[in-house]
Amino acid sequence: MQTVKMVVTGPFNAGKTEFIRSVSEIDVVSTERKITKASEKAVKEATTVAMDFGRITVDDDLVLYLFGTPGQKRFDFMWEILSEGMLGFIVMVDSTRPETFREARSILETFRAYAPTPYVVAANKQDIKDAWELEDMRHALRLDSKVKFLPCVATDRDSVKSVLLELLYSILSEMENGGK
Amino acid sequence: MALRGNLRDFTITQLLNLINLAHKTGTLVVEGPSETAKVSFREGKLAYAQIGQEDNSLAAVLHKANKLSVPQYRTLQQRASHISDKELGLLLINAGYLSQEDILTNLQQYFTDIVQRLFTWVEGFFHFDNDLLPPEDRISVRLDLENLIIEGSRQLHEWEQLQDEIPSLDMALKFTDRPGSNLRNVNLSVEEWRVVSFINPRNSIKQIAVATKMNDLEIRRIVYGLLQAGLVEICRQEGAPAPSSNVRVFPTEDKEEQKSLVNRLINRIRSL
Repeated sequence: MQTVKMVVTGPFNAGKTEFIRSVSEIDVVSTERKITKASEKAVKEATTVAMDFGRITVDDDLVLYLFGTPGQKRFDFMWEILSEGMLGFIVMVDSTRPETFREARSILETFRAYAPTPYVVAANKQDIKDAWELEDMRHALRLDSKVKFLPCVATDRDSVKSVLLELLYSILSEMENGGK
Repeated sequence: MALRGNLRDFTITQLLNLINLAHKTGTLVVEGPSETAKVSFREGKLAYAQIGQEDNSLAAVLHKANKLSVPQYRTLQQRASHISDKELGLLLINAGYLSQEDILTNLQQYFTDIVQRLFTWVEGFFHFDNDLLPPEDRISVRLDLENLIIEGSRQLHEWEQLQDEIPSLDMALKFTDRPGSNLRNVNLSVEEWRVVSFINPRNSIKQIAVATKMNDLEIRRIVYGLLQAGLVEICRQEGAPAPSSNVRVFPTEDKEEQKSLVNRLINRIRSL
């Protein structure tokens, strides 16, 4: 059985767990611990303190694992470990919380430094009224025009599929261009 | 309209940069602790600004800039209050008191001062209204934002913020291809020009800092300013070895098998 891995990363509460949950054939494995920081508690009730883990069986011979990084900065020591051997990564950004954009940029730069693998950036929660427009977010995140920046609703399977497919197309394109 | 938030999370400098890069037209409304500012833009250029209840009529602006004496200002207030700034401007030009360039320069300075005052605002709700344009009876200008952005960045002192923006000094810098950005039209300090002269994807930020004898904080401040103005972008250093890893990405080393594997993944995701 062959396995390949993709990583889903991004700031706290960007939607990483929901993203993986939307396509995983197994219940997303995550260890929930009681939030101890009051500021994080205000944002959501439970959060992961270990990695999220989802699976998609491709065929008898191939399995894709999706790993979600812990959102809080105090667990960033996990990022380098999770990034080893990944096919590519997705950076999730919460479109309704501009206060997280800077952190999302920082996470993107960190992962780019870990491994020169293809990636896409997903503007999550685009179905919410207060979501920033993609073009404005692209400028705020200082994303190069060549970077794929995609609208996403992590609870919508089709939306999540689109993001995964775009990452796979990027991976294929890089392979066909000889990694240039 | 979704461009809204709080200055606590998104600074004025960052907003100006976004407006500049996106060539936005409309008005940024910022609710400060004691007053509200309205800054209007046309296609990413500063057009007009107003703060609180301040009198920003042409007469008031010229008076503040010492282009009109107190008696002249009072006379205009009494006798010309019913005419628009545009009409007043034409009157002053035709009467030989001021040139068109004088009027525009003073308005630009006034609007710039307002924006610079906003740099000190660290808290306050903002939103961008695409449909709100400068008042019809006022004179608009057309001012590039790059210098304002750099000035705003100069006022950034927080070390932690800079570290968040530029986490690694091992990355390099390159000039952006953004149309319209032209270093010759931008006013940089001596230190900023010194850094600019070393910008090259082969030089890491750390190497530039060593060459320019800057410490971590100083080089981050300058690079942040250049990034915010959209003049440069961070890139991987050319010639730097890619991070090595003993863990294989693919279970096979055969390139054709790897492509086949990715195609299988694509087909599987499509079928979900």
